[in-house]
Amino acid sequence: MKLRSRHLLGIEGLDRSEILTILDQARTFREVLDRTIPIVPALRGRTVVNLFYEASTRTATSFGLAASRLSCGCVNFSKATSSVSKGETLLDTARNIEAMGVDGIIIRHQSPGAPHFLSRHVKAFVVNAGDGAHEHPTQALLDAYTLREKLGSLEGKRALIVGDIAHSRVARSNLLCFTRLGAKVAVCGPPTMIPPDVEEYGCEVFYRLDRILYEVDVVNMLRVQQERITSSSFPTVREYRAFYGLTAERLRKLAPEVVITHPGPVNWGVEMDFDVADFSRALVLPQVTNGVAVRMAVLFLLAGGEGEEGGRTKSEARS
Amino acid sequence: MQNAEVTKRILLQGGTVVDPQALTARRADVLVAGGRIEKVEANILEADGTEVIDCRGKYVAPGFVDMHCHLREPGREDEETIASGTAAALAGGFTRVCPMPNTEPATDTEAQVRFQIRRAAEAGFARVHPVGCCTKGRQGKELAEIGSMVGAGAVAFSDDGSPVSDAQVMRRVLEYCKAFDVPVISHCEMKELVEGVANEGSVSTKLGLKSGPDVAESAQAARDVLLAEFTGSRLHIAHVSAKATVDVIRWAKERGVQVTAETCPHYFTLTEDVLADFDTNFKVNPPLRTEADRRAVIAGLADGTIDAIATDHAPHLKGEKESEFDAAPPGIIGFETAFSLGYEQLVLGKVFSLADYIARLTIVPRRILNLPGVAIAAGAEAELVVLDLKAEWTYAPDRVVSLSRNSPFLGRNMRGRVAAALLGDRLFRF
Repeated sequence: MKLRSRHLLGIEGLDRSEILTILDQARTFREVLDRTIPIVPALRGRTVVNLFYEASTRTATSFGLAASRLSCGCVNFSKATSSVSKGETLLDTARNIEAMGVDGIIIRHQSPGAPHFLSRHVKAFVVNAGDGAHEHPTQALLDAYTLREKLGSLEGKRALIVGDIAHSRVARSNLLCFTRLGAKVAVCGPPTMIPPDVEEYGCEVFYRLDRILYEVDVVNMLRVQQERITSSSFPTVREYRAFYGLTAERLRKLAPEVVITHPGPVNWGVEMDFDVADFSRALVLPQVTNGVAVRMAVLFLLAGGEGEEGGRTKSEARS
Repeated sequence: MQNAEVTKRILLQGGTVVDPQALTARRADVLVAGGRIEKVEANILEADGTEVIDCRGKYVAPGFVDMHCHLREPGREDEETIASGTAAALAGGFTRVCPMPNTEPATDTEAQVRFQIRRAAEAGFARVHPVGCCTKGRQGKELAEIGSMVGAGAVAFSDDGSPVSDAQVMRRVLEYCKAFDVPVISHCEMKELVEGVANEGSVSTKLGLKSGPDVAESAQAARDVLLAEFTGSRLHIAHVSAKATVDVIRWAKERGVQVTAETCPHYFTLTEDVLADFDTNFKVNPPLRTEADRRAVIAGLADGTIDAIATDHAPHLKGEKESEFDAAPPGIIGFETAFSLGYEQLVLGKVFSLADYIARLTIVPRRILNLPGVAIAAGAEAELVVLDLKAEWTYAPDRVVSLSRNSPFLGRNMRGRVAAALLGDRLFRF
């Protein structure tokens, strides 16, 4: 199986069968991760670069691990230690890195569309690891992977995304991913955090959490960004928690089979109470492990899924 | 651009002369001698030594006036100069242009106004009528020396690129300009409502782009028309892009407020949907909005709510535009495509007659700016364009006259073009 695009720029560019291709491939690699020596030679000799313009521990590490588990070289490039701080443009930086001979560029950037821009100007494949408030496709894929593991399938399931929908790339990618996999999605947050025309994603909108929370199979809690806390999107953390937080009280009222996810890092006591962490159905940590498998699948399909070598590495990966 | 041919006698033969004043068009030859129109009548016999321009099947009209553009000199001569910009303007049929004062430094003194006019005269292409800053340094705080700038040749006042956010300062600007009978051009944008340069709506939601809502424009327009009514001053609303702004201006005109307005070809040609690929050549301020806004802008032009068509020609280098969306400067070049886009959307789109369309590019902006009227009649100075409406052409990068090439219309097939311009005794063929 192969993806239609050379790049992974967003869930937007993936159809249902491509999403399933990635998730199935990820399942193969998830098994690899449970081995004593969790490594396959699938991408031996290849190199990718983590080009991160925004601070991120888990996503950069997850991609780095995914690469190393595939025997693929991975170098890290961060804004703080590079010529970016000397005023180098994104295009200059990308061309310089490409000239060093990398096969793929994993980019996180604060500006929406930065990966798309890059994909038009470099020969390497580009993976979007988060572009502003636009998309974060590997996060959505790992959420979908985790939910499929728990629920079997998303078909016909009801999912609720709670929080700052307007500024969340996770919300956008999850809306696209969940609906393409057949789930019925609702979003909930204060009206100040709901972007205009979000219904065009085919979702319902709720301003009050208690009107929808107890009717869903999946609750995807979003992180409250620190800068929103100081803007006028909501009055106080106390009030946010009271109306939109997954509090211990709400948790007690939830049916036991309801699955809770969060992209992390969690602001404990804001969008989720500490009690949620102790609950086995909160999938924050399994999500992280699955993230490595999903990113292995993405790198593998983009870098190696083609030609004789690709075919060979693929069979090795499955052996 | 080809250098001008200086010729004593020029005969524009066999064309149809458009009179935007009377809104008529009639077949006539136009004879120009020594830079002035000598006669306009059917079948003028050509004397020896007369340069004959074959205008059969073409139209002869007064030169256009662009009341809103950016020539970047002084400050950003790498993007455009007064010479290159006025050459590009002329290639688009504009014989007079009004550069906005957001130069570096900002155009807020008499000397700077004189400098721009002199530079344009030296270049010998389109004439320049500068717009001066209404506040010092475009800071929105203290009045600039508006009277002195009027004396030097400034025709309107604006802090274009930025709004005058402080209502008291705007009130003072409007009041003060009454002494000189010059319009205040308002760049309507409530900055507090704007997070980024994309229209807030379904497209910005899908792309996650930082955005600003249409109400950032319309609410400021509402404030400014009420201030203009209160002060009894002349207000002109720049680059109208939103339906609600059109509604505000229509309401104000019904109330008798002295308000005029302009829009630009991109607002009646394109919508926000083109942003899907994050192409920075579609990044403009105000942003491209919805199909409903585009239709409202056209309806506003049709019923006279929006008076003039201006380009907002805003040159930026390839290297500046070739970046992620947030980092790219807003603005597109517009001189060389304006006439054709308007012809396509408004004349072929049956919004306007040709004469009415040309009026919006000629006598209407002249009236707003108190520039002398135009007549294609014996005795008048020659300031003419020849229009080939049958021409079909492609706006290819190698034909761009402007120093910058940041146009979303590159590669687009166009209908109708400016074939020649005549400025006094200087003939330019394109």
